Amino acid sequence: MSAVSRNLWARLWGALRSLSGDDRYERYLDHLRTHHPEVEPLTRARFYASELERRWDKDGPTRCC
Amino acid sequence: MSSKRIRHWLTWGTIAVVGAAAFGGIALNRGESVNAAWLVVAAACVYLLAYRFYSGWIAARVLALDATRATPAECLENGRDFMPTHRWIVFGHHFAAIAGAGPLVGPTLAAQFGFLPGMLWLLVGAVLGGCVQDMLVMFCSIRRNGRGIGQMAYDELSSVGGTAALVATLTIMIILIAVLALVVVKAMAHSPWSTFTVFATIPIAILVGIYLRVLRPGRVLEGTAIGVVLLLLAVVAGGWVDTSPSLRGWFDLDAHALAWFVMGYGLVAAVLPVWLLLAPRDYLSTFVKLGVVVLLALAVCVLAPEIKMPPITRFIDGTGPIFSGKLFPFLFITLACGAISGFHALVASGTTPKLLTRETDLRLVGYGSMALESSVGVLALIAACVLDPGVYFAINVGAGVVGADAATATATITSWGFPVTAGQMQHLAHSMGEQTLFARTGGAPSLAVGMASIFGSAFGEHLLAMWYHFAIMFEAVFILTVLDAGTRVGRFIVQEAFGKVSASFGRTSWYPSVVLSSLVTVAGWGYFLYIGVIDPNGGINILWPLFGIANQLLAAIALAVVTAILVKSGRRKYAWVSGLPLAWLVTVTTVASLQKIFSSDPKLGFFAAAHDLASQLAAGVLAPERALVAPKLIFNQQLDGWLTAFFLALVWVVVLDMARSCARHLAGPGAAATRETPYQRTQLA
Repeated sequence: MSAVSRNLWARLWGALRSLSGDDRYERYLDHLRTHHPEVEPLTRARFYASELERRWDKDGPTRCC
Repeated sequence: MSSKRIRHWLTWGTIAVVGAAAFGGIALNRGESVNAAWLVVAAACVYLLAYRFYSGWIAARVLALDATRATPAECLENGRDFMPTHRWIVFGHHFAAIAGAGPLVGPTLAAQFGFLPGMLWLLVGAVLGGCVQDMLVMFCSIRRNGRGIGQMAYDELSSVGGTAALVATLTIMIILIAVLALVVVKAMAHSPWSTFTVFATIPIAILVGIYLRVLRPGRVLEGTAIGVVLLLLAVVAGGWVDTSPSLRGWFDLDAHALAWFVMGYGLVAAVLPVWLLLAPRDYLSTFVKLGVVVLLALAVCVLAPEIKMPPITRFIDGTGPIFSGKLFPFLFITLACGAISGFHALVASGTTPKLLTRETDLRLVGYGSMALESSVGVLALIAACVLDPGVYFAINVGAGVVGADAATATATITSWGFPVTAGQMQHLAHSMGEQTLFARTGGAPSLAVGMASIFGSAFGEHLLAMWYHFAIMFEAVFILTVLDAGTRVGRFIVQEAFGKVSASFGRTSWYPSVVLSSLVTVAGWGYFLYIGVIDPNGGINILWPLFGIANQLLAAIALAVVTAILVKSGRRKYAWVSGLPLAWLVTVTTVASLQKIFSSDPKLGFFAAAHDLASQLAAGVLAPERALVAPKLIFNQQLDGWLTAFFLALVWVVVLDMARSCARHLAGPGAAATRETPYQRTQLA
């Protein structure tokens, strides 16, 4: 595979992960590292559980007719 | 002119010419069938031109979007809901959130007027109304730290307008869940294959839920991939169940039993923790939904099927058998979500604006994703219109209108000028793996037959039954997601209301309160679902207009809030951008509501229908099984009449509140000013 097509695949894969929410935990870790290095991050499992609670129980409707 | 400018005008000039030629092709094609490719090309050109020029003009002149202004995602970044995200990713999230069953069912039903009225309103309504609404609501929210539309109604109008918006949201949610549940129940009735497949989605979702919470926390792609494979297997396995004499009896259920099952399911889903059922189901439905939309678009573009429905049918005079009422206003009420959807205002404010990196991105995310959603409506319309019109009516018209047996039904439909034979229907049902396709109201079976015939000619005729049940599964999966999520949202609103009476009921985790408020919500939509099931005319003909009126009402509320903000933020001369669609929606909902309330035609007016049925019951001319359900239907027609009057009152309360708020602002400078978050320069590169 050439470097160009490898780069394209990497970007497509990244987009798919972002779209599905697969990379949320990594983005959360990134955020803490750059903005709040003193804060102990949640574990992956705790983060997933608390994200679901926020999205479905606090944010109101996120799906339409 | 620079060469870049010349190229720009050449490109857009070509798109305009191609679009005009496609419309010319449709208009001049008299008497012969039109190819779907013309519709696709015409629609694509309209969306592209509107996006390039109208949304560009709104972004630059009306809103003066400022790429240097820091967005809430940047100012309030928390690594969770506030998070600067690439605009195409936000576009995908937002599209997945707004895409639902509405733009699939609405155009399918509206095809009774022919393909042209539906097609034109999907295009015009979206580019001048729906896309504008979504974009403007998003703009107002992004300038107010991602506030929701309900909160903005409180802030910009008054507590009266705000309360009206909240009440409207809850009522609409209940009607919406009922109508969608009815669509699924009607699709599963006496179809063991569909029933098995839809039932199987529940344990599959639970399995994925456990995988994502316990086995591999948060690995969404892995979990979804496993789930999607299992869903496809469930479609195949449904076929085995259907041919197994011992198993099929278990899944051969009537609409009654299924309605009770769906209510029980809704109750359980609202009480269970989200990770177990709701969240994994949502991951699966999003994937299946996006996949099918892409597949359908590809199939329509590559195969270019012939449109068999005439451009306009005689039913524009109001005598339509699928739903009653003339082209104006009922075309607009029926298409609802594909052109303008009030529900989008709930997502476009709140969730999505918290992700936008730059203000200028909201042109793509707000306007663009609604244009894409509307094009899904065009695809659904095409899928309905590639069927023989006779077949289309045989599937979508209730037995109460055309008669219960095949001979009478086909004779009636043929007498309307749409020839169809019992043998043709029998053959079609057989090839789709169903016992019968007569009177399968609700829109889902007809869409599935349309999609199966399109996919079948692309990927092999022998798979027709498989495609049909795949399409049913696809609709059911995300309808059940809306049912779960909507019941949950309803539960929280009810709990909040209960909390005002007793503090312990307000605690969202107190079990008795959870169960009671879920029961209240499920009872709300369950009632309308149950009535829809026992109605011999199919139920959808009553419930869908009610839903359409409610949805357009919510859009009117959103546009009223936006118009008030435009006036109060010094954009008075551009207030027509949201003011015109608002005026149109208020006109449409008012005329439709008044007809539904006051029409003396029992097919159209709710009270007239109640009166008509009551006199038939009193005269003893009803068949025994009809006389049995008649009192319930009479009560329901009256209830629907009052509900429509309530909707009408709500929309006028909000519009008058908007007028009052604007007038106060115009009377004296500084009075009733709008509250934008102050400008802050972006630090992002």
